[in-house]
Amino acid sequence: MNKNESYEEFIKGIWRDNPVFVQVLGMCPMLAVTNSAVNAIAMGMATLFVLVGSSFLVSSFRNLIPKQVRISCFIIIIATFVTIADYTLLALVPKVHKELGAFIPLIVANCLILGRQEAFASRYPTRLAVLDALGMASGFMLALFSLGSVREILGDGALFGVKLFGENYEPWVIMILPPGGFLTLGVILLFFNWFKFKKDEFLEDVAAAERSGN
Amino acid sequence: MNTDSRKESTSPSSLRLVLTLAIAGLVSGIAIIGIYESTLPTITANKARELREAVFKVLPGVTQMQPLVYRDSQLVVVEKANKDEPVIYGGYDAQGDFVGYAMPAAGPGFQDTIAILYGYKPEEQIVVGMEVLESRETPGLGDKIYKDAAFVGGFSALSVKPEIVAVKKGTKSLPNEIDAITGATISSKAVVRIINEAHIAWVEQLPAPGSEPPFVLAEPAGNGAGQ
Amino acid sequence: MDNLLWIFISALLVNNFVLTYFLGLCPFLGVSNSLETSARLGLATTFVMLVTAVCAWILNTYVLIHAPYLRLICFIVVIASTVQFIEMLIKKLSPALFRAMGIFLPLITTNCAILGLAIFATNRGYGFWEGIVYALGAGIGFTLALVLLAGLREESELSNIPQLIKGTAMNLIIAGILSMAFMGFAGLFSTA
Repeated sequence: MNKNESYEEFIKGIWRDNPVFVQVLGMCPMLAVTNSAVNAIAMGMATLFVLVGSSFLVSSFRNLIPKQVRISCFIIIIATFVTIADYTLLALVPKVHKELGAFIPLIVANCLILGRQEAFASRYPTRLAVLDALGMASGFMLALFSLGSVREILGDGALFGVKLFGENYEPWVIMILPPGGFLTLGVILLFFNWFKFKKDEFLEDVAAAERSGN
Repeated sequence: MNTDSRKESTSPSSLRLVLTLAIAGLVSGIAIIGIYESTLPTITANKARELREAVFKVLPGVTQMQPLVYRDSQLVVVEKANKDEPVIYGGYDAQGDFVGYAMPAAGPGFQDTIAILYGYKPEEQIVVGMEVLESRETPGLGDKIYKDAAFVGGFSALSVKPEIVAVKKGTKSLPNEIDAITGATISSKAVVRIINEAHIAWVEQLPAPGSEPPFVLAEPAGNGAGQ
Repeated sequence: MDNLLWIFISALLVNNFVLTYFLGLCPFLGVSNSLETSARLGLATTFVMLVTAVCAWILNTYVLIHAPYLRLICFIVVIASTVQFIEMLIKKLSPALFRAMGIFLPLITTNCAILGLAIFATNRGYGFWEGIVYALGAGIGFTLALVLLAGLREESELSNIPQLIKGTAMNLIIAGILSMAFMGFAGLFSTA
C-alpha cells in the first residue's frame, strides 16, 4: 500500500477538509461544549472513539450491508458506540460527564459521523476508512480545541483551569456564554475565508506573472 | 482508488434486509447491555458517594445518613425511594443520634433551574448548610451562589421563622436574614425562595422534634459492613 | 416541580434551543435564507417535537425503566418513524404542501434539536404535560430563531456586504448577536 496515500487520507481531515472549518459539519455539539479547553478535548475524544469505531465496523461489513437499509445500520452502529462512550465517561470521569451533559448522546446526531460513513467508510477498505476517520476526528478535535481555548482564555482568563493573567484580569464573560460560541466560530471562519482569499489572490498573481513573463 | 464494493445486481430480498437489521440490532443490544452492566457498579458508587459528601457538607457533625420518605402519613426509612417520590435524608452522628435533615430542593433561578441541598435542624428551626448541586447561572455573577464563601457561609445558622429573607449586603440584622450577593441579587433571592418553598412543603410532614426515625440502615458495602 | 408556564417561556425565550443550547444549527444556518421555508420548517419541527415528547414520555414511563441503556436507540427510532409517518400523512392530505416542503422533512430527522428535546426532558424528569409544554416552547422558539435569522438574511441580500464575510461567517456573527439579544430574557420570571 502506498505510504503517501495513507498519509494523505489521514492528513486531509486535519486541514484541507477540516470537518468544522471547511465542511461546516458537526456544529451542534461543537459550540455548546467548547466553553473550556478540557470540555472541548473530552468531546473530541468521545467523537474520535465513535467515529473510528463506526468507520471500522461499517467498512469491515460494507459488503454485507444491503444498500436499502444502510442508513439504518449506520445509525444503529453509531448509536451503540455513543452509548458505550456515554456510560464509560460516566463511570470514569463523572465530573467531565456532568459538564458535557446531554451532548454526549447528541453525538449520534452529529452529521459528521453519519456523513463519513455514507461518503467514505462504506466504499473503501478498512485501513483507509480508519485512517480517514482518525484524520477527520483529529481535525474535529483541533477545531474544538481552538474554539475552546480561545473562549476559555478570553472568558475566564485561564487555560485548562490554570489562571493565565493574574488577579486583575477582567474576564470577557460573554465568551463562555452562548453568544461567545457563535461569535468565535464566526470570526475563525472569517479568518479561513481571508486565508483562502489571499491564497487565491496569490495564485492568480503567480498565473498572471507567468502569462506576462512569457 | 475507489473500490465500490456494493455489487448488488438484483435487489436483495426483504428477508435479507430484515435479517441484516435484526442482526445489527442484536449485536448492538448485547454490546450496550454489556457496557451497562460493567459500568453500573462504578456509576452507582459514584452517585452514592457524591450524595454522601453533599449531605455531610450541609449537616456538620454528621457521619451517617439514610433516605426518608413520607408514606402512610409518617416519615419512614427506606432502602430506596420509588421513582418520583420526594425523598429527604436523615443525618446522624457516629453514635447514631439524629442531627438534622438534608433536604433537596429545586426551582427557577435567574437563567435556569437551580438544584440545592440544604441542612435543617428541626429543634432549633434553623438551616445549617446549603450546597448548590446544579446551576446554570451567569458565570462571574450568578455562579457566586456557590463560589462566594461568605454567601454559602451565611446559611450556617439561618432561622426559618417566619421565613428566610435575603437583604442587601451588609444590612443583615435578624437571625432569619441573609446577605445577598452584590450583582447577583436575583440568583441569591432564588436560592432563598427555593429553601422557603421546600420548607413549607415539608414542614407538615416532619415529626415532632425528638421523635425522628432512628438510624436503622446498615452501612452500604464499601464501609466494611455487609448489606 | 417547575410550573408549566416557566417551562414554556424558558424553552421559548430564556433558554432558546437554538440560541442558547446550540441545537438545530444545521437547518438554522443552512435553510434560513427564505422566510417562508423557515416558517414551514419550524412548524413541521414543532409538530415532530410534540409527538416525540409524548412518545418519549410513554417510553420512559413504561418501557425504559427496565432497560435504561436502550434509551438512545429507542429515541432515534421514534424520531425517524415519526418523521416518516408525517411525511406520508402530508403527502396524502395535501400534495401541494408536500411539494413545497420538499427535502426539508427528511432533514428534520437529523435535527439534533428533536433528539435534544427528548434527552433533556428525560434528564429533567418531565411528566406528560410538562413534556408537551416543553416541546411547544422549544418548537416555537426554534421557529422564532429561524424566522429571525431568515428575515435578517433576506434584508442583508439587499445590502452591500464584503465578499469576505458573506456566507456562514456572517450568519454565525448575526446568530451571536441574536443570542446576546435573547440573553436579555433571563430573569423574566424572577421575583426580585
